[in-house]
Amino acid sequence: MSISHAEVERVARLARLRIDPGELDDRARDLARILELFDRLAAIDTRGVEPLSHPVAESQRLRPDTVTESVDRAALQQGAPEIEDGMYVVPRVIEPR
Amino acid sequence: MNAWQPVIGLEVHARLLTRSKLFSGAPAGYGAAPNTRACAIDLGFPGVLPVLNREAVRMAVRFGLAVGARIAPRCIFARKNYFYPDLPKGYQISQYEDPITAGGSITIEPAGGPRRDIGLVRAHLEEDAGRSVHEGFGRGTGIDLNRAGTPLLEIVTEPAIHGAAEAAACMRKIHTLVRWLGICDGNMQEGSFRCDANVSVRPAGSQTLGPRSEIKNVNSFRFVERAIGYEIERQIDLIESGGEVVQETRLYDPDRHETRPMRDKEDADDYRYFPDPDLLPVAVGEAFVAEVRDGLPELPDARRDRLAGQYGLGAADAAQLVSYREVADYFEAAAEAAGSAGSEDAADAARLTANWVNGELAGALNREGLRIDEARVTAGQLGRLVRRIADGTVSGRMAKAVFDAMWGSGEEPDAIIEARGLRQVTDAGEIEGLVDAVLDAHPAQVDQYLGGAEKVLGFFVGQVMKRSGGKADPRQANRTLRERLARRRDEPPAGQTP
Repeated sequence: MSISHAEVERVARLARLRIDPGELDDRARDLARILELFDRLAAIDTRGVEPLSHPVAESQRLRPDTVTESVDRAALQQGAPEIEDGMYVVPRVIEPR
Repeated sequence: MNAWQPVIGLEVHARLLTRSKLFSGAPAGYGAAPNTRACAIDLGFPGVLPVLNREAVRMAVRFGLAVGARIAPRCIFARKNYFYPDLPKGYQISQYEDPITAGGSITIEPAGGPRRDIGLVRAHLEEDAGRSVHEGFGRGTGIDLNRAGTPLLEIVTEPAIHGAAEAAACMRKIHTLVRWLGICDGNMQEGSFRCDANVSVRPAGSQTLGPRSEIKNVNSFRFVERAIGYEIERQIDLIESGGEVVQETRLYDPDRHETRPMRDKEDADDYRYFPDPDLLPVAVGEAFVAEVRDGLPELPDARRDRLAGQYGLGAADAAQLVSYREVADYFEAAAEAAGSAGSEDAADAARLTANWVNGELAGALNREGLRIDEARVTAGQLGRLVRRIADGTVSGRMAKAVFDAMWGSGEEPDAIIEARGLRQVTDAGEIEGLVDAVLDAHPAQVDQYLGGAEKVLGFFVGQVMKRSGGKADPRQANRTLRERLARRRDEPPAGQTP
């Protein structure tokens, strides 16, 4: 199983990770080794086995629909780089018309 | 030209009317100061744990049962991964495999077309994202995360819709249903009810699907129809001029009436869904489903059919009455007050009530931008007014004046009829007197009528109504005029030459 540089770059872009060009060989090798582990899992015969979506064999407890959280905006916004009128300000995400 | 068949599927997002969010105890709801309704869980702070809101599950099951869907005994939540500033965690908690409801259908009745069932693929629970404000923040974008974590029900139809009008009918039907069930307020201006449309075209008769574009940002019934209509034309023109439709997301711009590709969508469809490890599977038990089923109201289609049968209403009237559950409730209460039970004239009174609810009342509500529960005339009052029309106390035309007075004052119809002397004149002698006075005052028109110009009768009726201050019963005036005119033909009054 080999992974191309283009695939590494694409996965990195999806995860918003910056990979130095010098690292591409190493990362491609790492990913290929991980995928080999999945190949081994895939080789196991799972016919008749229910898909497992969670390792804990319980079901979720549901919460009553009541308001239990109060929001301290100033405290929650302490770590934000820029705030204006209570809004988080981020670099513009669309081009102006 | 019929060479192309449009194929449309809708994805409707209905915001569920819970008090708190889908996975946190922060308050849900519209209109608070920015970022005052997003708690640490909604913001995805480290170490927080989502816990599912039981009421949101109940509402999703309620919808599923109403459309005849299968309720999954066990469903799971997944992370849908993408980066956008209004999505604080870097993923949206949604459902991918094993959604809470699958299948089911809705019935639409497009204008002029036959009834048709449109299948649903699924309806699943997911959390909403925040809101981006692009104006007023200099060179930046403002982010308000109040909406983040609000519960949505995403309802996905089969790609079984074949025209823009049908798509709009489908959206309306879902809108009626979620409001009817009390699970969504349906407010499109506030974004509580949103619709994306997947549109493709294929040669008529073909069974394969062409590449589709997804139209986002459609926030009214009118726009959904126009946007889809535009997109169908665009795709046909493109193919017929030798081009190819590419799969992409497009935004509808109602000002320019066009769709445009969205920028920055490279890799956007690669969401890398996986089961959310923070959330255990949800078991929806049979008892829970049975309880929700027991609480279901009579559904719109069933109620439409019952109203039509029980009250003898036409299909269009009955359909309009079930556009909102509150309207149907109002109608039934008014019809009862109008005395539509039992008697010979019952069906007439019921039909008259339906006309008034769908006509005058709807018009008055529209003019003032009111909902029916804010109507200034109660159902009982309207019913008692209809009773006065049915028993001949007031004419239909005077009833409109009475209705306007009721709307302004909140008074009972009988009080207004008495106080303003609006009681219809039905006394035969009084009407004959009015008719004779009118005929005596207009000998030239009488001659015209007797000479064969029968349409002059309308003029006479108008004069009688005018002379009576609008109070004469027009049907009776009409009848009496014909009698008196016929008599003048046979025996002209003294002093008049034939």
